[in-house]
Amino acid sequence: MRLLTHNMLASNARGAVTGYPLKLQVVKWSTKEVEPNPEFLRGMLPKIDWPALVAATQALGLPELLPEAPPTDAELSAEGAAADEGSALRRLHRALLEIHIEEGALVCPDTDRCFPISRGVPNMLLHEDEVRN
Amino acid sequence: MAGGDSAAVSAVEGRLSELSTNSDEKGLPRRGKSLSGRTLNTAQIQLVASHPEVYEPCDDSFALVDALLSDKAQLLTLKPRLCMEIGCGSGYVITSLAIMLRQLGSGTQYLATDINQHAVETTQATLEAHGVHADVIATDIVSGLEKRLHGLVDVVVVNPPYVPTPEEEIESNGIASSWAGGINGRQVIDRILPAVRELLSERGWLYMIALEDNDPLDICHLMNEKGYASRVLLKRCTEEESLYVLKFWQDASTGTNASHAARSPRSESSWLSQLPFRSLWHKNA
Repeated sequence: MRLLTHNMLASNARGAVTGYPLKLQVVKWSTKEVEPNPEFLRGMLPKIDWPALVAATQALGLPELLPEAPPTDAELSAEGAAADEGSALRRLHRALLEIHIEEGALVCPDTDRCFPISRGVPNMLLHEDEVRN
Repeated sequence: MAGGDSAAVSAVEGRLSELSTNSDEKGLPRRGKSLSGRTLNTAQIQLVASHPEVYEPCDDSFALVDALLSDKAQLLTLKPRLCMEIGCGSGYVITSLAIMLRQLGSGTQYLATDINQHAVETTQATLEAHGVHADVIATDIVSGLEKRLHGLVDVVVVNPPYVPTPEEEIESNGIASSWAGGINGRQVIDRILPAVRELLSERGWLYMIALEDNDPLDICHLMNEKGYASRVLLKRCTEEESLYVLKFWQDASTGTNASHAARSPRSESSWLSQLPFRSLWHKNA
């Protein structure tokens, strides 16, 4: 699971208010490089919950990866940004799409229900009596 | 059906025969031939992982992938940002989709869900064996994603549990979850469709398999009331069942947004004309 997906996931456990953002606990993670796509990143950025993404990179022990405020469209569109490893574009790309959480857990912020991540797959399944009405 | 519709009906039948010719008889090579060009576009059956509790790729999976292949050019033009499969099973379909859209690179991202934990692991293994990636999530339909992914998904593919069974056979998480569809095979489908409508973007497309027993015309009517046009991408009759692959997309001229227009004969014929099986349905009924 990448942080893009973490950014889109919420807890539906009974008692959850928003169930979002899920606290990330990381045991093992990996990096797989892929070619950045500036158009995708520019289109996706407005849909990203920035504080949740920053919190996830901090949970990974990468507090330097992302700035406090999201990059501007101009930063993402800057010439050569895709080729420059330190650019805002590449940092966003790395955070959203290149980091894979392999083992760990997602914890509901409201109920502390723990959803394990095993072999890269988060298990969001709830027992019938746990599902929010 | 009104008598005056006969010209329209034969036009529709013409489209249906054209359609089955294109997609079945002369069109695509059969799967499983690793030397054929086809495997460049789909998952290779010998690389698809398996597990005793996971549904193996079968006629329905192949029909869905063939329908996606027949729409490949349109998908490449759409450049979907997010694609999602609900009920990914072995991973054959989502892997094939990621392979056929590979040229879109990281501009297209994939998500896959299944309620069966063995299925999500099997899907993960199938994706890895083909060197493509989707984020796989064990969840019930799209539970946990409905809020944040609202209106963001451009392509949804579903091979739902469509087999008519007694309601109590809808099992929560074993292999039966891949096929047991409850009454008329519709009970899970009727939970999936509203969830999909929440997730689809304005330009989004849904590809879904339905069986004749599921009353595909009724499914299209229901979707039409919610503003979706539809069409049959592929029809395939096997020894056991008649399968349809349906494609849905938002259409401003249908549904509650256009409730007045929807009642006028003109607009009704415009969306019904997109249902090649309409006439077929009446004949069979």
